[in-house]
Amino acid sequence: MFRNQYDTDVTTWSPTGRLFQVEYAMEAVKQGSAAIGLRSRSHVVLACVNKAQSELSSHQRKIFKVDDHIGVAIAGLTADGRVLSRYMRSESINHSFTYESPLPVGRLVVHLADKAQVCTQRSWKRPYGVGLLVGGLDESGAHLYYNCPSGNYFEYQAFAIGSRSQAAKTYLERRFESFGDSSREDLIKDAILAVRETLQGETLKSSLCTVAILGVDEPFHFLDQEAIQKVIDTFEKVPEEEEGEDEAGEGEAEAAAAAPAEQGGAGAGDQDVAPMEM
Amino acid sequence: MTFTIQIENGTEVRNAEADSQRTLYPYVTGTSVVAIKYKDGILMASDMGGSYGSTLRYKNVERMKAIGKHSLLGASGEISDFQEILRYLDELTLNDNMWDDGNSLGPKEVHNYLTRVMYNRRNKFNPLWNTLVLGGVKNGEKYLGMVSMIGVSFEDNHVATGFGNHLARPILRDEWREDLSFEEGVKLLEKCMRVLLYRDRSAINKLQIAKMTEEGVTVSEPYSLKTFWEFKAFTNPTVGAEGSWLYDN
Repeated sequence: MFRNQYDTDVTTWSPTGRLFQVEYAMEAVKQGSAAIGLRSRSHVVLACVNKAQSELSSHQRKIFKVDDHIGVAIAGLTADGRVLSRYMRSESINHSFTYESPLPVGRLVVHLADKAQVCTQRSWKRPYGVGLLVGGLDESGAHLYYNCPSGNYFEYQAFAIGSRSQAAKTYLERRFESFGDSSREDLIKDAILAVRETLQGETLKSSLCTVAILGVDEPFHFLDQEAIQKVIDTFEKVPEEEEGEDEAGEGEAEAAAAAPAEQGGAGAGDQDVAPMEM
Repeated sequence: MTFTIQIENGTEVRNAEADSQRTLYPYVTGTSVVAIKYKDGILMASDMGGSYGSTLRYKNVERMKAIGKHSLLGASGEISDFQEILRYLDELTLNDNMWDDGNSLGPKEVHNYLTRVMYNRRNKFNPLWNTLVLGGVKNGEKYLGMVSMIGVSFEDNHVATGFGNHLARPILRDEWREDLSFEEGVKLLEKCMRVLLYRDRSAINKLQIAKMTEEGVTVSEPYSLKTFWEFKAFTNPTVGAEGSWLYDN
């Protein structure tokens, strides 16, 4: 993307019919750390990569509970994401109070999308710089939606957003057809494997990712570190080995291609990030 | 909406104009509604009378109406307020249908919405002068609830409004069962309505019974109950009365 004379204002069209400010907002989503969502008929799993600013700080929260039956994972400007999460919680609880019934997630994402659209059509506003993966339930079962800064929303079987999400998407594209009937455990495993793809060679540890799940008979909750580590242990052969440790039970050849990236040494390499790829 | 006049010491007085903005008494009223859960769903009965004080003025008032696909609302109290509530619910169901997303408002949602409306109006001292009965079946689950004009709201296996609380519910407490068939349910309701017809002066002998099941909601055509008036005491009402010359032989 390069600067041009039509990109100063969100309310200025380019001659080719584009709103550059909106597109730049979508760029902000791509710069954030990865967030992944997948669903079966009865469950939705949201997972994200925990990126801390430095060794001294804790990582930012990117997954929020909106209600017992709705959760959201964000990528991009986390401040914008928090504001929108608060809005979603507000809508959800107001509906629950009036109707004593959970707000169908499909209706919530439309409210959210309409809210985002307003910011693309007011000269004194700017688009929200955050992409949201909204997972939730309604009468027809589990759903996963992606809400874009542009005000569009799409429904997905599985999706990934943020930096290096393409690697996760490639993995998900290979596997998504089986997700519909997946068991809860398989869905969690697939989510963590997808997270691993975005790490591109970095050692997968439970401290690096956050996973949350919700289902038809299961209210939204986070998985604790132990549970995540247990799943990781099922496919990571020997965590302390220096190379070739990305051998998953399913025998993915693609993982071996990512292995050449530096491992950084066991234990000490927490903050060693794999070289930036474009 | 409310106008106040300030007097010297600071107390405010509402003037007459403000009073005309809020409901003080009901004018055209409907009497009891009685409803029960039965094996396949809900049955609700009410008569078709609209009283103007002590005059039985209107005799073709439908006091039960279907709401959406799954629910039925019955009302006693001020008829015009009932019609207002129907307008609110019409808007609600219209918006719900416009979503066209496979989700729909069930009886529980409608009942809670009405509870909010009634309670909020009560808090503004401008009530909708009704007691509402809301029943329905959705996804196999039977629901029967009541909301009063002051916002008191609850669910039960059998509910009644007004006089029905005093005359019908004792019968239902004794004779209601979980597995009533449709015929048994109707018979039970008719028993309650008959007692109300004899004893409630605002009841008329023209009633409807509504049925709610998974398949949908239907309201019957109006019909009347058989009554018996040939009691000996009625033919000679003053027999044995204080000061009369007639004695029972």
